[in-house]
Amino acid sequence: MKYKSQKVAYWFFALSMLLLVLQIVYGFVMGFARIGFDNLHDFVPFNTARAVHTNLLVVWLLSGFMGAAYYIIPEEAQRELVNVKLAYVQLISLAVVGVVAIVGYHFNYWEGRKFLEIPRPLDYLVVANVLLFLGLILTTLFKGKRKTTTALVLSMGLLFAALLYLPGMLPFDSQVTDSFFRWWVVHLWVEGVWELIMGGILSFLLIKLTGVDREVIEKWLYVIVGLTFLSGVLGTGHHYYYIGVNKIWLIVGGIFSALEPLAFLAMALFAVNMYRKGEKKHPNKLALYWTLGAAIVSFVGAGLLGFAHTLPQTNLYTHGTLVTAMHGHLAFWGAYGMIVLAIISYALPNLTGRKLYQSTRGRAAYWLSNIGMIGMTVAFGVAGVAQVYLERKFGMDFMQVQGEISVHFVVLILCASIFTTGIILYVIDFYKHGKPNDEALEIDN
Amino acid sequence: MLSKKQARAFFLGGTLVTFLVFIGLTVYSLSKSQDQSNHENITESVVRGKNIWEENNCMGCHTILGEGAYYAPELTKVIDRLDQKYDGQGREVIKSILMSEVPWQPNGRKMVAYSMTEKEAEDMIAFFEWIGEIDLNGFDRIVSPLAKDKINN
Repeated sequence: MKYKSQKVAYWFFALSMLLLVLQIVYGFVMGFARIGFDNLHDFVPFNTARAVHTNLLVVWLLSGFMGAAYYIIPEEAQRELVNVKLAYVQLISLAVVGVVAIVGYHFNYWEGRKFLEIPRPLDYLVVANVLLFLGLILTTLFKGKRKTTTALVLSMGLLFAALLYLPGMLPFDSQVTDSFFRWWVVHLWVEGVWELIMGGILSFLLIKLTGVDREVIEKWLYVIVGLTFLSGVLGTGHHYYYIGVNKIWLIVGGIFSALEPLAFLAMALFAVNMYRKGEKKHPNKLALYWTLGAAIVSFVGAGLLGFAHTLPQTNLYTHGTLVTAMHGHLAFWGAYGMIVLAIISYALPNLTGRKLYQSTRGRAAYWLSNIGMIGMTVAFGVAGVAQVYLERKFGMDFMQVQGEISVHFVVLILCASIFTTGIILYVIDFYKHGKPNDEALEIDN
Repeated sequence: MLSKKQARAFFLGGTLVTFLVFIGLTVYSLSKSQDQSNHENITESVVRGKNIWEENNCMGCHTILGEGAYYAPELTKVIDRLDQKYDGQGREVIKSILMSEVPWQPNGRKMVAYSMTEKEAEDMIAFFEWIGEIDLNGFDRIVSPLAKDKINN
């Protein structure tokens, strides 16, 4: 840690950890409901658990991204944050809005639009919160001694993410148009601007961990985010195949979605190559594991598994089935979950001054969570493919099919338990690092 | 070899071009002449139905237009489907499910008991009727050409 104000990142990471654990709890509620144990139905019906599960995902990732920005921007801009007190205000208000939204979902206070369930009045608070965050980050960046590409790409990603939240707030009478613009937010976030954020964090970590020249890394960063937008923006079309809009999207979406894995492939090759090229052997191997893991697993989860059902001919069968859940889990984990855990693994020893790089617990956390998540993905995949065959080909009734595939959810729960063990170990490791302190300022990163 | 400046130009140029094309296609596909959703049939009752649909997060279990949570049946053509199953009584069945005071639980999987009024249930049906007429580019509950005969069973 080089600047005192970077300490605020710690608290965003801590909030992230808390929300991640809660997200997993609600995942289990749904998993058990699917095998017939929905004892909590009166308090947490499936739609509540589902909204909480996905929204917690979004909030813990955002909190992780914000923490990453508070850690990275001062170091890149070579100055303290412009206002630390306001950063804490922003942290607390983020937590408050998140908690109110989550509690509200248990009392039918929501908007019922997949991934954007936060009710309208709270949307305005989210906007205010994000504006405050962006204000702090951007003024720090522009008052700083240098404006690096890494910092610019990261900030650009955060700025666009905020702007793209707005189309989701437009009211429409038609379900079709509503859905159309909902994807402007959801798709252009996860397959567009969030990849800028991921790219920015990845580039920062690679510079720190491999010692490869910044100019080389940042050049490839531009190429990767360029590929991302080139394929991802028009790739939005894959959400428009079968929701009641023009057939032109079958062609546009089909072609550009097929290109989307390229951006992720480039990211994976980039990370691995930089690692090979690097002469610096940074002792924080765990951070390196998570960094390379994020680049590789995102290629498999987001790139390959996305491509597996994104061609219109395939999607005709898989649209609206558990195949989507299969892709969703590994994609979010690889691309965003792991990159947040990577930056935390890198930043934590620097913030606290405790170099727990070599802990067995840390390594076990990495392997167990990854193995568990891959198992979960396979379970969802098998359930999804079986569902497609039975329902879309043989015309079996939905609920009959659910009975047939429920065994795969037993497997899902088992794999989820392995995943959870990994995450718990990660959280214990986080806790064992202790709080950030000023003595850590003197330690070399 | 590619320079950093060229890489930046590729990023900025590519983004600008694809985004402009995307906006153009959006305007085109949402224009009146390209409407596949029978937009003029959206009555006040349909809009009320959509609001009820959202207020209760029905998408948190069901899917509609293939979008939702895969825990409960696809509802895009729910009226047709239940008409076939219950001798043309689809609408009545839907009403009784929505107005029920106790959780409806086919095959043991529970749905929240919404205890809707008759008017609310009718708005929901109007919403489903409008949804059911949308041209979905060939998406249906059963899509395999080999199984087309099963649609009518």
